[in-house]
This record gives sequence, C-alpha cells and structure tokens, in this order.
Amino acid sequence: MSGEALFGLVGAAVIGIGLFGLVTNADALRKLLAFNVLSSGVFLFFGVVARRGAAAGLGGDPVPQALVITAIVVAFAATAMAIALLTRLFDRTGSATLGDSSTDEGGDA
Amino acid sequence: MMSFTFDTAAALLIVAMGGWIVIVPDVTRAVIGFIVYGLMLTIVWVRLSAVDVALTEAAIGGGLTGMLLINAAGRLRSARPVLRTDAPVRFIAALLCAAVSVSLAAVIFMLPSPAPSLAPLAVENLQQTGLGNPVAAVLFAYRALDTLLEKVVLLLALLSVWSLATVGFWPGLPGLRPPALAGSTLDFLARHLPPYGIIFGVYMCWNGASEPGGAFQGGTVIAAMWLLVMIAGMRRVPSIDEAWLRRSLVAGPAIFVVIGFAGMMVAGSFLAYPPDHAKLLIVVIEVALTLSIAAVLGLLAAGPPVPESRP
Repeated sequence: MSGEALFGLVGAAVIGIGLFGLVTNADALRKLLAFNVLSSGVFLFFGVVARRGAAAGLGGDPVPQALVITAIVVAFAATAMAIALLTRLFDRTGSATLGDSSTDEGGDA
Repeated sequence: MMSFTFDTAAALLIVAMGGWIVIVPDVTRAVIGFIVYGLMLTIVWVRLSAVDVALTEAAIGGGLTGMLLINAAGRLRSARPVLRTDAPVRFIAALLCAAVSVSLAAVIFMLPSPAPSLAPLAVENLQQTGLGNPVAAVLFAYRALDTLLEKVVLLLALLSVWSLATVGFWPGLPGLRPPALAGSTLDFLARHLPPYGIIFGVYMCWNGASEPGGAFQGGTVIAAMWLLVMIAGMRRVPSIDEAWLRRSLVAGPAIFVVIGFAGMMVAGSFLAYPPDHAKLLIVVIEVALTLSIAAVLGLLAAGPPVPESRP
C-alpha cells in the first residue's frame, strides 16, 4: 500500500473519531477539540488528493494544498470565536455545556 | 521499506492520539494531546510533499490553536461537571461513526486513476507570476480572490470576538492578563526568543515567493512573538481602539483590494497583475498581509475586552 493511501485511511479514521467525540461529549470545549480533530481528517483527504496529483516535477498538486492552507486559517478563526463565546457563556452562567436541563443537573456529582 | 515503517508508525500514533483527545477524562490532558497531535500531522504533511501546509499546521493548527485551548481549559476549570452520554447511546454513536470511517476509507481506494491534477497548468503559468513557489502562485495569483476573502473572514471573526466585550468596557483591553512571574522561564523566553522569532517570521514571508513559507506562516510566527511579550508583561496589551492597531489590521486587505481594482484598469480584470510587475505587486501584498495577519491572529488569541479587575 502506498504512503498516501495509508494517510488517507488515517484521515478516514480520525474523521470517525472526531465525529464520535462531537456527538457524545456534552462539554462544549471537548466538542470544539473533537471538531478540530474532525477537520484535520478532512484536510488529510485533501492532502492525499494533492499527493496523487503529483505531476510536472512537483511533489503534489498545489491547488488542493493552497485550499488546505486557507482552511487551516479559517478553522483557527472559527475556533477562536467559539472559545470567546464559550468563555462568555461560562462567565454568565457558570456552565460550559450546551446540554439540556437533564445534563445541567450533573452539578451535584 | 524504511519509509513505509516510518509512515505506518506515524499513522498509528496519529489515530491513537485522536482517540486519546476524544476519550481522556481530563480536558487539559486532551488539549496537550491535541498539540502533540498537531505536530504529528505536521510530519505527515511533509511526507505528503506539502511543506507549505506543514508550516501552516505547525504554526496555527498545533501552536496558536493549542495556546487558545489551553487558556480556555484553565479558565473553564471550575465549570460544573457534565454528565457523560449514556452507554447505549455511545455504543450506537460509535457504530455509526465507524460506518462513516469505513465508507470514507473505501472512497480512498475508488479515487480516479490517473489522478486529475492542476499541477501542469500551475507550473506552465508560473513564469508569468515571477514566483518560484507554485503554492504561493495559487494563493496570490490563480486563486487570489479566495485569499482576499479569507482575510475578510479573519477580520469578521475578530469583530465577532470583540463584540463579546463586557458591557461598559468598550473600547477596552483584551482579556490577556500577564501572570507576573518575574525570573521565570516565561520571562527568560520573552527576553531572548523574540529577536530570532521576528527575523524568522520576516524570512518566511520574504522567502515565500520562491520557497515554502509565506505571509500566513511568517505572520503567525510574528503574532506568537507578540503574544509572548504581552503574556510575560513586557509589553502592554493595546486597547482595541488604538489607531496604529486598527491601521495594521486593515492594511493588508486594503492594499490587496486596491491592487485588485487597479488590475481591472491595467491588466483587464479584478486581481489580475500586469505580467511585468506581477512579482513586485505580489510581494507588496504579502508584506502588508504579514503585518495584518500578525495583528489579527494575535488579537484573536488575546480575546475580547474584559473588566480590569479580573485575574
């Protein structure tokens, strides 16, 4: 199996892992971490497509590579905004979850 | 064979780190895991011959995002604990997520062969841009509109963060407060690292035209140095309405737009460059963008304005 196919499988695996974390963690900061893992898996898919498109003396197709650079910067901007919202939510309510009332009662644990 | 062993080890480590980030109970450990995960991904990007992406991932994906997340994990330490999802729900979620992964893995083996590629076109027209780095040519010539809009997205994100300012503290100082640890490692690093960091950032920006690197990566390194001296308390955190700050934020996108409109008159379309001066114009845009990116990333990481009294 070629190196890029191997990293493609890694991308597929971390997309599943990130999705699982996003769905099962009620803690918003954990959701944000899982979301970043998920997006890194999507970026790896772009990396595999870029590597497969190696031609004209280049190691990879520069167009998907440039798209991933843009995506990483935009993902950072989204994460920064989500963290600002989250810390503001915490300052106002003392809670860092978007869960419903049944999960909010976990405070007595 | 050697490289395959290395790739397999890196692949297993990344999947294991991904799992650790999602399941480890302590959120601070998960964040530290995420930073290591970002560095492992950087190695994979180098293995995929995407050095520009590797530099971006190291600087932003692991570095700056990691700093934001660690800061947030510390702030939220006293948050009420959250109940975990019930075991049956977790089991069903795991099955469905595994199905998504398996389908995506199958897609990897069904990609068209020979792979479609824009690399020959990118190289063919490289001469006209005067650049040596095809990724920089995509970012600043072939798909310049994407890059311009991405800068606008960064400014919009910063506006959104600022709009979360506490009532009555606009304009104010971003919520980055120095822990005041004189004589600490932080103090030492903040005194000695920035001169090298700034030179390295400028070098990455300058070199980006012909080699991997560029405005994003250089700007991020400069932003990191700025944050370092602010966190160590050696430079005051600026108020968000200071004129020099506002000007640095918009300088890059503004020059980009002006050159873009000039292209309509001189070269026939928006963001087109006259072939004789393409490289000069792109370098001017890159230098202005490096300044703006450093300012916007630093301020995004510093957070919204907050009341003075809070620790």
